[in-house]
This record gives sequence, structure tokens and C-alpha cells, in this order.
Amino acid sequence: MKRLRNIENSVIPAVFFAVLLIIWQLSVDMGVIRRFVLPSPMDIGSTLIEILPNMYNHIFVTLIEAFSGFFISILLALVLAILMDSVKLVKKAIYPILVVSQTVPLIVLAPLFVMWFGFGMLPKIIVVVLVCFFPILVSLLDGLSSVDKDIINLLKSMKASSLQIFRLVKFPAAMVSFFSGLRIAATYSIMGAVIGEWLGGRAGLGIYMTRVRNSYAYDKTFAVVVVIIALSMLVFYLVKLTQRLVMPWSIEAERNRR
Amino acid sequence: MTTYRSNHEIKLELKQIYKTFEDTPVLEGISLQLKNKEFVSILGPSGSGKSTIFNIVSGLLKPDSGEVIIEGESYTGKTGRVSYMYQKDLLLPWCRVIDNASLPLIIKGMKKQQARETVSPFFSVFGLEGFEYKYPFQLSGGMRQRAALLRTYMFSKDIMLLDEPFGGLDAITRAKMHQWLLGVLQQLEASVLFITHDIEEAIYLSDRIYIISERPAAVYKEIVINLERPRGRALLTSKEFMDLKAEILSLL
Ligand SMILES: Nc1ncnc2c1ncn2[C@@H]1O[C@H](COP(=O)(O)OP(=O)(O)O)[C@@H](O)[C@H]1O
Ligand SMILES: [Mg+2]
Repeated sequence: MKRLRNIENSVIPAVFFAVLLIIWQLSVDMGVIRRFVLPSPMDIGSTLIEILPNMYNHIFVTLIEAFSGFFISILLALVLAILMDSVKLVKKAIYPILVVSQTVPLIVLAPLFVMWFGFGMLPKIIVVVLVCFFPILVSLLDGLSSVDKDIINLLKSMKASSLQIFRLVKFPAAMVSFFSGLRIAATYSIMGAVIGEWLGGRAGLGIYMTRVRNSYAYDKTFAVVVVIIALSMLVFYLVKLTQRLVMPWSIEAERNRR
Repeated sequence: MTTYRSNHEIKLELKQIYKTFEDTPVLEGISLQLKNKEFVSILGPSGSGKSTIFNIVSGLLKPDSGEVIIEGESYTGKTGRVSYMYQKDLLLPWCRVIDNASLPLIIKGMKKQQARETVSPFFSVFGLEGFEYKYPFQLSGGMRQRAALLRTYMFSKDIMLLDEPFGGLDAITRAKMHQWLLGVLQQLEASVLFITHDIEEAIYLSDRIYIISERPAAVYKEIVINLERPRGRALLTSKEFMDLKAEILSLL
């Protein structure tokens, strides 16, 4: 039964997606939509194959920015979450500021970073951190505070220290929630780097994209979008794979709960 | 206090425990005793304050007045002496069964490998052989409770508090667990204080039963169960058992 449902879960969206692509392809081929407004999937595919070799360097730069920002976010979130969870005053003081900070539009901030930090990788990494940091922090905090009170009491009855309770129970218990935050942040990380690159620089998918868009090469623009989607999916599954390796019980437990 | 120290028979004594939560009196003068290797049940309706008694015995809560005495020493409000098991198994889902059972030893400062070696001989006693390296989600409800009891036992081998440990199990599994528990306890040197609201369970397992009233709880009646051990399923339909059940029912 379960296996059947899994197949169903992957087949239905795949078929639906294929149907959408076919409709798209036919609409362009039959002239319902004009080719220079919206290139067809096959146009995009062949363009992608053609320009991919030129993009390797850009992909590499974007990945470096995304990964650096992602890991800095993880470190920052870990430190802050532990601090906020153990000292309630810190949580009360910082949490509202963090929420407000999330409402400041990045598009406004990003040009400032370029002014302050130049056209190198740093301003892009900062944008990635701004995008990724918050979901990771929130998921960690949620995880840390969602631990069953009874299990903490049980450990207290065994005379466990606060540090032991944190290490043995709270932190591991927060991992499932932490990883769901990581998955979201991982997908955002590529997008964050691309947004950062729009403002200028030497290399990166965002820069490549601005270039091809300025020359009205829409098929190339779409090809870059495909690459961005592929990279985002890639990091998403990398995080999922890591979760499976680090905590095999969590995937199984999630599946059993369904 | 010296009188208790000389009397090695008494492991645990509660003297006139009072506890009030925000204007609601919950415990009103609970006094009881647990002797060495005895199985004593606290039987009372839900919400009467049974778990509160255990929270006080384990030291998690301080009573408003009264004393907890363990082997002649005052342990009022002190944690870390008795082991405590809840109705929920509270196994850590990210730890294998053997590491769950090792948890108390890890807390006491033992290294992981040594803790594993210390607990592993008990897996056969507790009917958990072959489950050492499974994760809790791979176990049935009954097996999880076994693992939880093993962990409880690893913390304190002489005094165990069991708070409705089989309350979440279906009737058939629970009957099996009763048989299992009697078998396990025969091989251990443990005194057990057991909470339940199930009359048959209390009679079947116990040497003595304290019946407590509705909130605010006080000990209403103490009943000695003089049924022969080892006990088997046939006992459940015997006349002595029925008489005891009728007697307790008339009290509630
Ligand atoms: N920490 C607490 N704060 C306030 N009220 C509590 C607390 N713990 C228990 N109570 C109340 O005390 C009463 C007895 O609870 P409990 O000891 O859990 O009962 P039992 O285990 O017999 O079902 C209940 O009415 C419960 O709401
Ligand atoms: Mg209770």
C-alpha cells in the first residue's frame, strides 16, 4: 500500500508537469504565443545545451556564494538560538528585532551592500545570509522549545545538569525541525546569491542573466532560470541526503507518522 | 530518624505530605510506606493527585509540608535517588534502545561504550534480547514500555516509581505486560511503588494497595493482598480475587 502511494505521489506530479510542458510547446508551435515573447520548452532546452559550457564559471561563483552564505547562516543561527534558548532575556530582546529585520526589502538593502562592500563576493554572501539565516534560526528555536516537558522532568529526576539536558535531549530533539528550516534555507540560498549578483559584479548566474536579458535573448534567460531551479533542487536534496545520513531515524519516523 | 535507620525493612516513607496548587489543595496528609522488595500500588481516580505524589517522592516538587524519608534519610525535594517511569515511554527517538537504556548511566558520567556493556546483560532479563540496536519507532507499544522500564531500572535498582506504565496499552497487551512484569521483578531486588486506576491490575500485581480519595487526596484505606506468588492468569477468576475486587469496589 505504502509503496503504491509513493509511486502515485511521484507519478502524478510528473505527468501533470509533462502535460503542462506539452501545452506550452504546442501553444508556441501553433503561434498562440509568439516565440520572441515566450520561447518554447524545446527552444530553451537546445539553448541550454548550447550555452551551458559558457556558464560553468558563473555556476561555480554562484555556488560558492550560496554555500558560504548558507554555512555562515547555520553558524550564526546555532549560536544565536542556543543563546536565545538558554537566556530568556536575550530571546525577549532580540526576537522582535529579528522579525522586523525580515520585513526590510532586500532589493532596497542590496545596493547599499554594494556601496559598502564593493563588487566582490562579500555583498552577495551577505544577501544570502540575510535570506537564509532567519528560517534556520526560527526552526531551531521552535525545535528547542518544543521538547516534551515530561522528558525534561524525567532527566531532572535523574539529577541531570542543564548542560546534560541540552546535549542529550533538547539539541537532538531540535534537529528534525532544524533540518526542515535548512531545507527551506538551502533552496533560498541560490536565489539569494542570484539577487545579490543582479547589482553587479564580475561573475555569477545573476550577472550572466542580466547580460543575456539586456540583449533580449529570452531563450537564454529561461535557460538560466532552468539552471537556477536545478541548482536549488540540488542543494535541497543535498540537505535531505545529509539528514538521512546524520539521523536515519528521523526520515523513518516521519514516514511512519504519515 | 534513628528508628528508621535501624529498621532496614522500610525503604521509603511518606509522612503527612500536603500540597496545594494555586488555591487547589491536591494532597492532604498523604502517609505511606514501602518495604524492601515490596510491590505497593496507589489506587485512585484520575486527577486525584497520584502523579503529584510521585513528583514529590522523586524530588521534582517540594511538598508544602511533610517529609519524604528514604532508608532513614530525609529526601524531601531532592532528586536523583529513586527512578521514575511515566505512562508515556519517553524514549529518545534518536537513540537506539541500548542507548536509551544507558541514558541514566550517561547522566551519571559513564562513557557510552561502558554504559552499553553495563546494560546489555539486562536485555534478556527484560525480554528485550535482539532489540538492542533497534530504534524506538521500530518497537511495539509493549516493547517500548519494556525498554522504558529497563531504563528506569538502570537509574535506581532498589526503588522504582511506576506511574500507570501500562495505561496506554490495549487490554490484551496489558495482560501480557502484567505477566512479564511479575516475571522480571522476581529476578530483581527492587521495591516498587505503582500508580494505577485499574482495580484488577492493582490486586494482581501488588502486595499492598493504598486506596486514595478524590482530590484533595488522602489515604482512604490500606489493603493487604495475601495472594500467593508466583501469580498466574487463573488467579484473575478465582474466588479470593473476586472477593478482593468486590471489597475495593465497595470502598470507591
Ligand atoms: N504543576 C501543577 N500546577 C497546577 N496544578 C497541577 C499541577 N500538577 C497537577 N495539578 C493538578 O493537580 C491535580 C492532580 O493531578 P495529578 O497528580 O496529575 O493527578 P493523577 O495523576 O491522579 O491523575 C489535577 O487537578 C491537576 O490539574
Ligand atoms: Mg497521573
